[in-house]
Amino acid sequence: MADNEFTPGIRAGRLEHGAYAAQFSDLHPPLDDHEALVAADRCYFCHDAPCITACPTDIDIPLFIRQITTGTPDAAAKTILSQNIMGGMCARVCPTEQLCEQACVREIAEGKPVLIGQLQRYATDHLQQQGIHPFVRAEATGKTVAVVGAGPAGLSCAHRLAMLGHDVVVYDARPKPGGLNEFGIAAYKTPNGYAQAEVDWLLQIGGIRIETGKALGAGLTLDQLKADHDAVFLGVGLGGVNALGAVGEDKDGVSDAVDFISELRQSTDLTALPIGRDVVVIGGGMTAIDAAVQAKLLGALNVTLVYRRGRDRMNASPFEQDLAASKGVRIVTHAVPVAVHGNGAVREIEFEYVDATMKGTGETLRLAADQVFKAIGQTLQGDGLPDLDGRKIAVTVTGRTSVAGVWAGGDCASGGDDLTVTAVAEGRDAAMDIHSALMG
Amino acid sequence: MANLQSDFVGIKSPNPFWLASAPPTDKEYNVRRAFEAGWGGVVWKTLGMEGPPVVNVNGPRYGAIWGADRRLLGLNNIELITDRPLEVNLREMKAVKRDYPDRALIASIMVPCEEEAWKAILPHVEDTGADGIELNFGCPHGMAERGMGSAVGQVPEYIEMVTRWCKMYTRMPVIVKLTPNITNVLYPAEAAKRGGADAVSLINTINSITSVNLDSFAPEPMIDGKGTHGGYCGPAVKPIALNMVAEIARNPATADMPISGIGGVTTWRDAAEFLALGAGNVQVCTAVMTYGFKIVQEMISGLSEYMDSKEMTSVDQLVRKAVPNVTDWNQLNLNYVAKARIDQDACISCGRCFAACEDTSHQAIAMSEDRTFTVIDEECVACNLCVNVCPVEDCISMVPMDAGSTDPRTGKVVDPSYANWTTHPNNPSATAAE
Repeated sequence: MADNEFTPGIRAGRLEHGAYAAQFSDLHPPLDDHEALVAADRCYFCHDAPCITACPTDIDIPLFIRQITTGTPDAAAKTILSQNIMGGMCARVCPTEQLCEQACVREIAEGKPVLIGQLQRYATDHLQQQGIHPFVRAEATGKTVAVVGAGPAGLSCAHRLAMLGHDVVVYDARPKPGGLNEFGIAAYKTPNGYAQAEVDWLLQIGGIRIETGKALGAGLTLDQLKADHDAVFLGVGLGGVNALGAVGEDKDGVSDAVDFISELRQSTDLTALPIGRDVVVIGGGMTAIDAAVQAKLLGALNVTLVYRRGRDRMNASPFEQDLAASKGVRIVTHAVPVAVHGNGAVREIEFEYVDATMKGTGETLRLAADQVFKAIGQTLQGDGLPDLDGRKIAVTVTGRTSVAGVWAGGDCASGGDDLTVTAVAEGRDAAMDIHSALMG
Repeated sequence: MANLQSDFVGIKSPNPFWLASAPPTDKEYNVRRAFEAGWGGVVWKTLGMEGPPVVNVNGPRYGAIWGADRRLLGLNNIELITDRPLEVNLREMKAVKRDYPDRALIASIMVPCEEEAWKAILPHVEDTGADGIELNFGCPHGMAERGMGSAVGQVPEYIEMVTRWCKMYTRMPVIVKLTPNITNVLYPAEAAKRGGADAVSLINTINSITSVNLDSFAPEPMIDGKGTHGGYCGPAVKPIALNMVAEIARNPATADMPISGIGGVTTWRDAAEFLALGAGNVQVCTAVMTYGFKIVQEMISGLSEYMDSKEMTSVDQLVRKAVPNVTDWNQLNLNYVAKARIDQDACISCGRCFAACEDTSHQAIAMSEDRTFTVIDEECVACNLCVNVCPVEDCISMVPMDAGSTDPRTGKVVDPSYANWTTHPNNPSATAAE
C-alpha cells in the first residue's frame, strides 16, 4: 500500500500524484482583464497617496492603477518597474497588508483596500509575458562594479548600475541567481519558475555578467574585488541559521527551514520530496510560516508551529498566520524548545511555556515529531566584512559602509525590514549613490 | 401604500411608468411581457406608412459608454422606426389592448410631412383601440435624413402644422415627442401647443457618436468600416432631459401643457425627479434594455414608499412640486453665504478635495502633515467641487452662515435679506433697490 498522510516517519509521496500541482499552485491566481479593471476602478487616485508613502520603493501606485484603468497596463508596468525593477516578484511576495494596502484609504474606510499587489502583478505580468524590457542603457561609462549576491538587493543594484552605463559583475555562491526569491520563498507565492524568468527578464538590460559558485571566502575577497572594480556592492543576505540551544538538536530529522524551502523550490518532482507525518516548525517569521504551510501541503498529517512569544510579536503578518491556520497548521505560542527526544532520530520535542518576560513557567509540552524545522532567524556570515552595527553591516541611508568604495544593502545591511521590497529599494538607492560617487 | 394610479391627458394607467417607443415595444411578444411585469403603459414602436417597411442595418445598432464594472451609462442607437409591416403592428396592438384594457397603449407615428399621409394612417390606429398617439418628431438619425423625425421637430412651424392635422383627423389625445437637438426647447413646445397638442413628451435621443475605434479610425457603432451619428439615451442624458422638462413646465406659455418625461429614467428616484419638475408621467427605455422589464417592480415600490413618506396619496400631488423652485440665475440670492465643512470622522483622508481645490479652485482646503483636511473659510466660496469629488457621501457639506455673522472671505456681515443680481451694484443695468 502506498504511503499516505498517516504513514509514520519522513516519507515521500503522501498525496495522490495528481494532487501536488493544485496544492502548490498560485496562492492568488492572476486577475483577468475585467477583474483588473473592476479592482483598479476602486482606486480613488488620492492626493499625495498614503500607499506611495507606505511602499519602500515609492512606486506611484495611483498612477499605475489609473494606467490600468485606461487600458495601458504596459505603461503601468513601466511606472512600477522604474521604481522597483523586481515589481513582479514584490507583487507576489510583499506583505501588502502591512504596507501599501494597509495605508489604502479604502482599507481605513471599508476594511477592503484596493488590491494593489494583485494589480501590480497584472501590469508587470502583462509587460513581461511579452518579453518586453522597457529600459535601455546609458552610454558606457567605462566603470565596473562588483555586486556580491544575486538576490533582490544585488540584482536591483546591478540593474540600475547597468542602466546608468556601468558594467557589472554579479557573484553568487549558489548555482543560479535569484537569492531568496529563488531559494527562500514558498513555492505557491511564485510558481511556474517566475523567479528565474524575472531574473532573465531583468538581465535583458545588458551589461551584467553573473558568476555563480563564488562568494566572499569562496574565491572572492573584498580587497581583491575593490582592486578589480571601481566600486563594490554587498548584498550577501544572511547565510547562517541560529541554533535552537536545545538538548539533542543534532538528532536526525532536525534541520533548517531554509534548507527545506530551498530543496522544495529546486525540486522538479514534489512527489519524491519526503516530509514527516508529525512536523514541528520553530519560529515566528515568514520562513517559519512558509515551511509549515508547505509541510502541510506536502501531506504532513500534523504540523505545529511553535513560537516563543505571542502572536502579536510574530514577524509573520496576520495574513500569513491566517493562511497557515487555514491550511491546518496549529500555532502554539509562548513556548521554547528545551529538548529533542529520540533514539538517533527525533521522536518528540519538548517545550517549556514561558511568560511575557520569557521566564520559564515550569510547564512543559511534548509534541510528537518525526521532523523538526528550525526557523529562528538567520545570521550574517563572512570574514573581513566592513564594520557591523549589531549583527549586520553598518550602512548609511544610501548604503555606504565603513570601507570606502564598498556599499551594502538587503538583509545583510542594517536598517529597514528584511523584505524583498526593502532589499530592492536599498540596492537601487546604493546604485544611485555609487553612480554619483563614480561620476563625481 | 400610495395609489400610483395615473391619468395622463385622460389616458388611465395603473402607474405612471410607461415604456417609451423603442425596440422593447416593437411587437406583441415584448409588450405582453412588459404588461405582465407590471408596466402601466406602452408607447408602441413608431409606425410608418403603409407599404414596404423600412430596413435596418445588419450590423451593430447600438453603441455605449460604461462606468465601473461595465455599468451602462449611456446608449446610442441607429435603429429606425419599426421594420415590420404596418398591418402586422396594428393587428398586434389591437390584440394586446383587448387583453390589457387597464393599461395605456399609445401609438407612436412617423409618416412624411404631408397631410394625406397623416390623414391616412390615423383611422387605422384608432381602430386598434389605442388610447392615444405620439408624434415622433424626435429621432435624430436615419429617418431625419428623409425629412422625418427630428427634421420635423427642428422646425416649429412643421410641428404646429402636423399637430393640427392630427387633432383634426383623430379623436385620440395627441402627444408630441420633442427632439433635444435644438437650441431652445420652448420653440418646439410652444409650436406643439399652438397646434393643439394635448401633451408633449421629451426628450427623444441626442445626436451622438459614442466612441471612436482607434484601430480602424471609425466611429462606433461601426458598420463595415463606417459609422454615423445615432441617438443617445440612458442615465447620462437625464440632466439634459430634466432641464428641458423644467423649462417647459415653468414657461408661462406652456406651463399648463402636460409633459411625459423621458430621458435616463432608471429608478423610482429618477421618475420622482421628473414628476417633481413637471412631468405627469415618465417613459422608460434604456433601463429596461439594460436590466429587463422587471425593474418596474422597484420603481413601483420605491415611488409608493417615497410618496407615503411625504404623505402624498396620489401622483398628482408630486407633479410640479419642484417647479416653483426652478428659476433664472438672476433670481438667486446673492446674500446667501455658505462654507464647506468636512466631517473629520467620516473623512478617509484621500485628499481628493485638496487636489481639486488646490489645483483647480480657490486654495481653500488645508492639508496637514498627518493628512487632516480642513476648510479655510477665508478662501472658501462654497463652490461645492469638494463635495462633488469626495468619495464619501455626506462627508463634506455646505453649511449656510448665519445672518449677522461675518464672512471671513469678504469681511462682510451676512445680510438676512434677499438680494439678487438685478439689484446688485456691480450690475450695470441694475434697477435701484427699494
